[in-house]
Amino acid sequence: MKIILLKTAANYLLPLLLLFSVFILLRGHYEPGGGFVGGLIASIAFILHSLANGLDRTKALLKYSPFYFIPFGLSIAILSGLAPMLIGDPFMTVLWFENPMPVIGLIGSALFFDIGVYLVVIGVTLTILFTISESV
Amino acid sequence: MLLAILSGFLIAICLLFLGKQLKGNLPLIVSILPISLFVYFCTFLPEISEGQTFFQHTTWIPSMGINLDFKLDGLSLLFSLLITGIGSLVFLYSSAYLKRHIYIGRFYGYLCVFMASMLGVVLSDNLLLLFVFWELTAISSFFLIGFNNDNEASRKSSLLAWAITGGGGFFLMAGFILIGSISGTYSVQEMLSSSELLKNHSLYALMLFLIFAGAFTKSAQFPFHFWLPGAMKAPTPVSAYLHSATMVKAGIYLIARFTPILGNHPYWNNTLLVVGGVTMVYGAFHSIFRVDLKGILAYSTISALGILVFLLGIGTHDALLAASVFILVHAFYKAGLFLIAGVIDHETGTRDVTQLAGLRKVMAPLAIAGGLAALSSAGIPLTLSFVSKDLIYEATLSSGNSALLFTLIAILTNIFLSYSGYLAGIKPFTGALPDKFRKVHLPSGFMWFPPLFLGLGGLLFGLFPSLLDKSLIQPVLHAMGSSDVVVSLKLWHGLNTVLMLSAITIVCGIILYLIFKPSLKGLIAIGKLDSFAPQAIFMSLARGIKFIARRYTKFMHDGFLRSYLTKIIFFLVCLIGYYLVKNVDIQWYTDKHTPISIYEAIVFSIMILAIFTIVFSASRFIAIISLSVMGFCMCLFFVYYGAPDLAMTQFSIDTLTTVLFVLVLLKLPPYLKIKDKAAQIRDGFLAGSFGVLISIIALQVLNEPTNKNISRFYADNAYLLGKGKNVVNVILVDFRGYDTLVEITVLTIAAIGVYSMLKIQSSEIE
Repeated sequence: MKIILLKTAANYLLPLLLLFSVFILLRGHYEPGGGFVGGLIASIAFILHSLANGLDRTKALLKYSPFYFIPFGLSIAILSGLAPMLIGDPFMTVLWFENPMPVIGLIGSALFFDIGVYLVVIGVTLTILFTISESV
Repeated sequence: MLLAILSGFLIAICLLFLGKQLKGNLPLIVSILPISLFVYFCTFLPEISEGQTFFQHTTWIPSMGINLDFKLDGLSLLFSLLITGIGSLVFLYSSAYLKRHIYIGRFYGYLCVFMASMLGVVLSDNLLLLFVFWELTAISSFFLIGFNNDNEASRKSSLLAWAITGGGGFFLMAGFILIGSISGTYSVQEMLSSSELLKNHSLYALMLFLIFAGAFTKSAQFPFHFWLPGAMKAPTPVSAYLHSATMVKAGIYLIARFTPILGNHPYWNNTLLVVGGVTMVYGAFHSIFRVDLKGILAYSTISALGILVFLLGIGTHDALLAASVFILVHAFYKAGLFLIAGVIDHETGTRDVTQLAGLRKVMAPLAIAGGLAALSSAGIPLTLSFVSKDLIYEATLSSGNSALLFTLIAILTNIFLSYSGYLAGIKPFTGALPDKFRKVHLPSGFMWFPPLFLGLGGLLFGLFPSLLDKSLIQPVLHAMGSSDVVVSLKLWHGLNTVLMLSAITIVCGIILYLIFKPSLKGLIAIGKLDSFAPQAIFMSLARGIKFIARRYTKFMHDGFLRSYLTKIIFFLVCLIGYYLVKNVDIQWYTDKHTPISIYEAIVFSIMILAIFTIVFSASRFIAIISLSVMGFCMCLFFVYYGAPDLAMTQFSIDTLTTVLFVLVLLKLPPYLKIKDKAAQIRDGFLAGSFGVLISIIALQVLNEPTNKNISRFYADNAYLLGKGKNVVNVILVDFRGYDTLVEITVLTIAAIGVYSMLKIQSSEIE
């Protein structure tokens, strides 16, 4: 399945789609989007790349096995929930920074939670798809 | 009290890590636990004998009425002292019995768990808590019976014991829940006041059935007795501790505990009388035909448990008194006999009474212990057992209409029991010493001292029974709801009928011992009855269940995804369809629907086209692509109705699923064109009815008045509390963040599942 058109397109689409997925992730709090959808879009980007260039190339590009994304994302999500307990609030209370950041807007621990979700979704989707396509 | 119970579990956990270090005499250190607990419970004696009770409350799950409530009264104290007292001796004994055993750490771990959970059973005031501990005793018993896990017979026995007592546990739980929901409380002491309510309730018989099912299986009553002889595969200290002195008495404890609540009702008394009566005669009769020391003891234990149930069944003050003394007596002499049997087995390598003889010459202290235990079991004067036997006869004589019958079967049982006591405690030590046992020598003091101690204890309390009456027995009776009458135990009751009956028992027992010799012939003769025995019936039942289970599994789990789907959908259609037809008034309001726009009409016709393509396509690839067309059309509908988040997610998911499908496409078998008309019609019908069902439900949902409070709350507060304008996302990461956290965990588990299943499979092929 080496189609030159798809291959060329995929190489350009990958960074674009990843950027887009981060955009979707960040704007999630105000507009449609969020970690889950963002993660799915990022996975699609990688899947597209692997369909065009072969699985090995994508794996080389990723450097780490997508499997490691899962515990990493899960830890971020849990830590973002645990963080408020340091200052005595109950588990998963959302904390906010005082001033909004340029471009992104207001940052709170919910955003980190969403980043965790984003990473877990990428990890899970890619692990399942890569494993299946390897064993087929 | 909570700490006293937990300490056993804590030590067991420590042993999990340190078990390997238990070598030499180190196991003795563990014995400090039961000894200190014994001392701890002894300190309660003065207060308890004055009629006080102790109560400790710790909140656990208050919303379900389950709390860590512990209550110490006379009955609990009697059992606690037995558990920790016999436990101390058994812990000491085991250190020598299992010396240099590779798994001794594990053994002590199980014993600690057992002791702690048994204490939990007798101290819990909350029924559900009691049940938890009840199950834990069964689990630890399972592990202890199967301790020699390289032996198939011992594995089988442990499984059988587990099946019987665990099965009884189910009934018991149902009984507890029933009683709890009728009386409105799970606390035993609060239940005392609703005794009348429970007894007059229409479900009283069911309650009794469930409670008795639990108690009888645990206490090895006929017809569930057969797991107990099998349980003798356990190391002997375990048999002494669990299967004679304590765990099997948990059922007795339960019946005694419920006597003031459910007792004193014809159903209650008659059931106990019949079951206890049959068990005591059956067990005693069987015990005289055994030649294996532990077999003899197992059957005589069954018989003794039968006597206890029988006495609780008579239920008069005299009978309860006799029962509470007999619990103590039996623990003394039977545990002693078991420990002696263990020493004999350990030193000579056999437990066959036809071979054992003359051991007094090589093991004098043990012979004394054996003699004391045998005399105790026969009820010879000056032992505590004599007092208890008198009490039993007094109880049967004063039991009213059937006094004569009850007394007769009690005498019969006691004659058999004294015979088996002689067989186990005296026979191995008398006569000429066979040559092969010349080299036998006395083992370490930790092994012969405990049985001797128990024998001497029986003698001490026999000489001075007044040590027990006010201090321990009176509070026990009080706890069983029979108070006020001051108990006074005496060795000498004067010349009366009871004394005459005792004499008859003793004389007959001795005559039987002199005439009837144990032999294999008797064992074989009685073995012929085995095919009618409850064990055979139970085994064939188990085989039947296995057969049905295999057939059922074969039908339900044939391994074809399509047939799973068919079954699931069929079941769903039947269930929901039945409910809809039966209970829901199906209505169709067209006025609530928005008019159909041109976009919707177009998307809808695309969907219809896609469906037809899926159904009639000859290629799987085309079918899959058409399926994703369906999915994308659904996304469009989400967009039209203002759910962009949902649409985006659905869109991505659909893309990924299609990719997934395409990936496994190569692996799938060729696309079959189903020619079978009947199958086509069946599948079409099923799919059609499922579709119709879902449509009806969707339309019905519109008719229901919706509760907008929840969605309004989220809409109003998303920005105020969550500082976000996208309500869906604020719900996901903030309001219901916990759910999301669990969801991503589930996703993780799914990924691990797929990964490990496929990876391990493919590496196995390589």
